[in-house]
Amino acid sequence: MPTEPNKEQVVSYGKLTAVWAGLIALTALTVWVSQVNLGVNRVWGPLAIAACKGGLIIAFFMHMRYEGRLLRWVLFVTLVTLAIFIGVTFFDVLYR
Amino acid sequence: MSQPVYRRNAGAKLGMWLFLATELVLFGGLFLLYAVYLARYPHEFAAAGREMHLVFGTANTVILLTSSLLAAMAVTAIQRDERRTAVLCLGGTILCATVFLCNKYLEWSAEIGIGNYPNSPRLTAGPPGESVFFSLYYLTVGLHGLHVLIGAVLLALVAVRVQQRTIHAGNYALLENSVLYWHLVDLVWIFIFPLYYLLL
Amino acid sequence: MKSATQPVTARSFWNDTGRTGITSWIFSTDHKRIGFLYFYSVLAFFLVGMTLGGLLRIELMAPGRTIVGPQTYNALFTVHGVVMIFLFIIPAFPGAFGNLIMPIQIGARDVAFPRLNLLSWWFYILGAAIIIISLFTGNGPPDTGWTFYLPFSERTSTNVSLAVFGVFIVGFSSILTGINFVTTIHQLRAEGMTWGRLPLFVWSLYATAWVQILATPILAITLALIIAERLLGAGLFDPGRGGDPLMYQHLFWIYSHPAVYIMILPAMGAITEIIPVFSRKPIFGYKMIAFSGIAIASAGSLVWGHHMFTSGMSDTAVLVFSFLTFVVAIPSAIKVFNWVSTLYKGSISLEAPMLFALSFILLFSIGGLTGLILGAAATNVHVHDTHFVVGHFHYVMFGGTAFAFFGAMHYWLPKFYGRRYAEKPALVAWALMFVGFNITYFSMMLLGVKGMPRRYYDYLPEFAPLNLVSTVGSWILISGVIVLLANLFYGLWKGERIGNNPWGGASLEWTISSPPPTENFSEDPIVTHGPYDFSKAGMP
Repeated sequence: MPTEPNKEQVVSYGKLTAVWAGLIALTALTVWVSQVNLGVNRVWGPLAIAACKGGLIIAFFMHMRYEGRLLRWVLFVTLVTLAIFIGVTFFDVLYR
Repeated sequence: MSQPVYRRNAGAKLGMWLFLATELVLFGGLFLLYAVYLARYPHEFAAAGREMHLVFGTANTVILLTSSLLAAMAVTAIQRDERRTAVLCLGGTILCATVFLCNKYLEWSAEIGIGNYPNSPRLTAGPPGESVFFSLYYLTVGLHGLHVLIGAVLLALVAVRVQQRTIHAGNYALLENSVLYWHLVDLVWIFIFPLYYLLL
Repeated sequence: MKSATQPVTARSFWNDTGRTGITSWIFSTDHKRIGFLYFYSVLAFFLVGMTLGGLLRIELMAPGRTIVGPQTYNALFTVHGVVMIFLFIIPAFPGAFGNLIMPIQIGARDVAFPRLNLLSWWFYILGAAIIIISLFTGNGPPDTGWTFYLPFSERTSTNVSLAVFGVFIVGFSSILTGINFVTTIHQLRAEGMTWGRLPLFVWSLYATAWVQILATPILAITLALIIAERLLGAGLFDPGRGGDPLMYQHLFWIYSHPAVYIMILPAMGAITEIIPVFSRKPIFGYKMIAFSGIAIASAGSLVWGHHMFTSGMSDTAVLVFSFLTFVVAIPSAIKVFNWVSTLYKGSISLEAPMLFALSFILLFSIGGLTGLILGAAATNVHVHDTHFVVGHFHYVMFGGTAFAFFGAMHYWLPKFYGRRYAEKPALVAWALMFVGFNITYFSMMLLGVKGMPRRYYDYLPEFAPLNLVSTVGSWILISGVIVLLANLFYGLWKGERIGNNPWGGASLEWTISSPPPTENFSEDPIVTHGPYDFSKAGMP
């Protein structure tokens, strides 16, 4: 194997399991929040927790934490595009 | 092509992430519809959400999270040249996928049994928002299930190659990229779960 | 730099792989062969679409029935749109000239994923086949318009599901091309080929590829939803069951507006290549042209609602989309200013590529300005769904993209065939096309302002004279296309041989032989100057 300047990061089993434990805990939290906490936060609360879970998966399971600017840009542009599609549609839906 | 391995791998990974971007936008279209109809039918969506099987949904969430852990471990294993561990982890991922799909089958059988399916008499007679909720549910979860199936088949092919040593510590782009695809499948479910099962 | 002409038995990508026959083409992973697979496919579908358009114009020549009945008429304009948009305009530049030229222009041997490249063409062909089959099975070709609006496309008994599935498959082709091109441009540029030395055609393909990646999946889900409505009765867009037909329109146009930038951006890129070479002057404002392409791609994702001003959207949305539509016009205008500034004090030679480039600027500008008339909400109310719209989009798509495509054919195909076309017949063809085009489509804009609706089988007698004029224009236009193709292909197959650099270009494709070898470069090039540095380029 040639010497590789961009050597792939190896994420240890321990770290992966810790992330998994965090994900399970957040899952329990989101179920609890939805059962207990009715009202305005019933969509945004669980969505925020889902975003945290997603962030953990992207950062550690998908190694984004260890990747360069280009891949982060790809993800960022994609999410912004999606946000725009949904958000701008609401200029119509909210004001009918 | 006269390129060092790491450059080719970087290219493959970039290509995979760009493909994942398209998957995010694909599901994004369905989430867009969800957002709009949730805003229009908040009570009917909540009522329909209460009918959903929370146990199935939570169990499937835990199963997919575990499958993601195992898939990520498979990558670590191959990087450390631990072939057996990699195969076992991939096998575990596929097992989780199978359980997920079985759960899905059971859940849908129950739902269809009580008349909750697109264009059913029960839903057509009920409030419009409820019919919209279930149509979106079936389309989104159905599309997701298709991706679970594709991902599982892909990982099975990868596992075979790991076993045969075609994929190894010096050449594992296919494994890494297939696992990325699997994580995306998990990611989408992480958003499906609260929106369809926890909306009470 | 040598400008030798190739001996007759020279080895090139046409014959140096050792494989022959059709399988050496349809299973080839060489970007040049794939480029030609795309080229001849899109050209064939252009001719199909052109024929359908010709038939439409014959029907519209006079009021009442001329050659077909109303159901056939509806099917004609639907299939004309589907074929032209999905099987010609969207794939044409990326698939044909993107594949043929871009890897060479960045100094690479091929794209990043050659097998995926071949797969993208196969998806295109599979999708096209499904679309064609949908015309002849079931209850016949769809009659919904290429926009497949629900609820009508759910209720019509014509073959919507199959046609839409075909388009869905073609969409994969576009996505794979986008992924391939972004990766290629990031990863495979030759040494010294910095982003600031990239030919602007490559920049335009880069911006286009991002749109292909981020917009096409929305088309995929939208088409899948049409099938779900028809087959499962999902009811998501059916007002009787809680759905909103406007949501279909939002989803559809979220893709289909950015799609028009897939159509126009690489065309603008090709024009940006031709104008400096035929003015013997570097492009004016390189950075602005590069960034304006990115700006068009970005801002172009924000304006889709301008197709929906009269649909029942909220007034707020109408205002927002109208404003954003004016914003997206700015980067396009920047390009026009830069092209014209390049021409200023240039040493201009009016050969076929340049004629198409110059007419592009005029026709695209007319199309763009009429787009602003459509983008202003107040005037839109008067001209929406009239022939004004039909005139507008033909100016940008035909006078824009297709004219650029024909210009690119004259500019770049000689490189791959090692032969050139005859200039005088090409000028005649261009003149016929330019005159015919304007007669055909300017009439439509006049008709639209006078109130003639689009997609109507019949019309009031007061619209008859201009319709007749438009149809006669279409005959002149079609004759021009025929002369163009006959002359060009005769020249490419049997014409005068050319050397490496017949036009005096300074980008990398002009440094290799005509036709090039499979590996493009005998040694990986090292780039030391920009692509419009004519002091370094060999003169023909």
